[in-house]
Amino acid sequence: MEEVRLMKGNEVIAEAAIRCGCDGFFGYPITPQTEIIETLMELKPWETTGMVVLQAESELASINMVYGGAAAGKRVMTSSSSPGISLMCEGLSYLAGAELPCVIVNVSRGGPGLGTIQPAQSDYFQIVKGGGHGDYNMIVLAPFSVQEMNDFVELAFDLAFKYLNPVIILADGIIGQMMEKVTLKPIRPRLTDKEIEERYGSWAVTGKKNRKRNIVTSLQLEPHIQEEHNHKLQAKYREIEKNEVRYEAIGCEDADYIIVAYGSSARIGEKAMELAREEGLKVGLFRLITLFPFPHKELAELKKKVKGFLAVELSCGQMVEDVKLAVGSDIPVHHYGRMGGMIHSPNEVLDALKKTIVEK
Amino acid sequence: MAENIGQAEEKLVYQKPRLITDNTMHYCPGCSHGVVHKLIAEVIEEMGLEELAVGVSPVGCSVLAYDYIDIDWVEAAHGRAPAIATALKRLSPQKLVFTYQGDGDLAAIGTGETIHACNRGENIAIIFINNAIYGMTGGQMAPTTLVGMKTSTTPEGRIPALHGFPVKIADMLAHLNGVCYITRQSVHKPAAVRQAKKAIRKAFENSMNNKGTSFVEIVATCNSGWKLSPVAANQWMEEHMHEAYPLGDIKNE
Repeated sequence: MEEVRLMKGNEVIAEAAIRCGCDGFFGYPITPQTEIIETLMELKPWETTGMVVLQAESELASINMVYGGAAAGKRVMTSSSSPGISLMCEGLSYLAGAELPCVIVNVSRGGPGLGTIQPAQSDYFQIVKGGGHGDYNMIVLAPFSVQEMNDFVELAFDLAFKYLNPVIILADGIIGQMMEKVTLKPIRPRLTDKEIEERYGSWAVTGKKNRKRNIVTSLQLEPHIQEEHNHKLQAKYREIEKNEVRYEAIGCEDADYIIVAYGSSARIGEKAMELAREEGLKVGLFRLITLFPFPHKELAELKKKVKGFLAVELSCGQMVEDVKLAVGSDIPVHHYGRMGGMIHSPNEVLDALKKTIVEK
Repeated sequence: MAENIGQAEEKLVYQKPRLITDNTMHYCPGCSHGVVHKLIAEVIEEMGLEELAVGVSPVGCSVLAYDYIDIDWVEAAHGRAPAIATALKRLSPQKLVFTYQGDGDLAAIGTGETIHACNRGENIAIIFINNAIYGMTGGQMAPTTLVGMKTSTTPEGRIPALHGFPVKIADMLAHLNGVCYITRQSVHKPAAVRQAKKAIRKAFENSMNNKGTSFVEIVATCNSGWKLSPVAANQWMEEHMHEAYPLGDIKNE
């Protein structure tokens, strides 16, 4: 049944996974997301829903366990943080190439290298533009609250199976570590093997019974077949762009200036917007929920009514490139963001907005 | 056309396993893969596991094993098959899950996945083809390449001071508690083929009985990579490979 609790973002991922009928979680500890696997081990879902939870020997192994589980038509997931996600990139490319549905959670931290265990949003390029090799996209969901950490797990699985594609929840250390009130959904039962066979038997390796053998692969040695496969993938990504763009426009109706942000920067941006409005500046917040698909059209539409955009991210400026692509070069688009685990304050964001756009 | 009057009725003494497809194999003549594929197909048929079997074929010459054995397959990234098999078996414990891996895949790039799947005692069977060379990429040094053996990346022969020693991964794995069965076989003679088939059957039975990880190493030929005729490759294997990698059970619990 539905429950209201005070929980940490990371803990909620574990609860949501069990409650939405996840079959398996395979992960490796890394700060700041380790509570996800710790919570799962404490909750012991193998005794209740039958969900498998396994601590792998590495992120390489975790993502390939996800590949194996997904190949069998199961609802499987993993989680990690930035350096661990780098290790998974090979697997992400294979998952996308083989069109396997799965969910990956990245509670990102500052880099490059071992970087810091503090929050950052400097993995945008890696997650949204690829990371692994080849032409592929993952659906990218960016939660900005503990409630969304909960809601997006189920949403991610539904999208993954709808499009047979990996879906990544790109959170950050702030969202993973902060505590908020959250409403948990009732438990949704796991699919039985028979149901999986009925729903996904056409491609999943459920055992060859009354059908031709199923092969899960991303390999095509014939280039013309590989090109056809690429066209098929691209057509799917265009379909995703058509159907799945998600965003929230807050105070954008009468705004002169727009803060564009996602995740924790959107939380900070929301406060900056309030401070600006107290000073009489008409500022709105355009919060991205999906990073792929990116709301190009919606931002382009908004451009007609405003004087400029400030992209706020905990990075040197990555998402800002997509904002520029969306709105063009004939309107001011600037970036503001701290790096390396430092977190901008709402006042810093407001100052940046004034200096780079309002007062220019 | 004359009728076949007087011709003796044909007696079927051998046929290819039903689970071997009619696809033309890409393996070189003299390569051991074809024989081992046949044995796997025969064992699955004889055990009646056709509807429960899932194979994992990682990068290497045998990545296309799914074209030849008519069961469900998952193709794997280089070295990752044991991780993939881990999830397949844990999520579907009633299935027969096996990997089919070469030496570069299993004992170089995938050493970690191999050791940890074995250490956890995953109820899978690992079929390990050790031909001491990278066949698919054209004959480079493998972790199992013998000392002095010439490959395209050891043109002067494998020199331990430069390239290290051959890895005896089966012996290493024998120390792990999760492994119930480790054996080293070969398919160069009819008697050896029969022995190898028994080993594969035992490994598959262990997997179905959830006894832990079973590991069947097949010391194999790569006559193209070794630059030898099929017959000479078999002889060379007996003289050199079987000395470095002696045949027989290493662990049987």
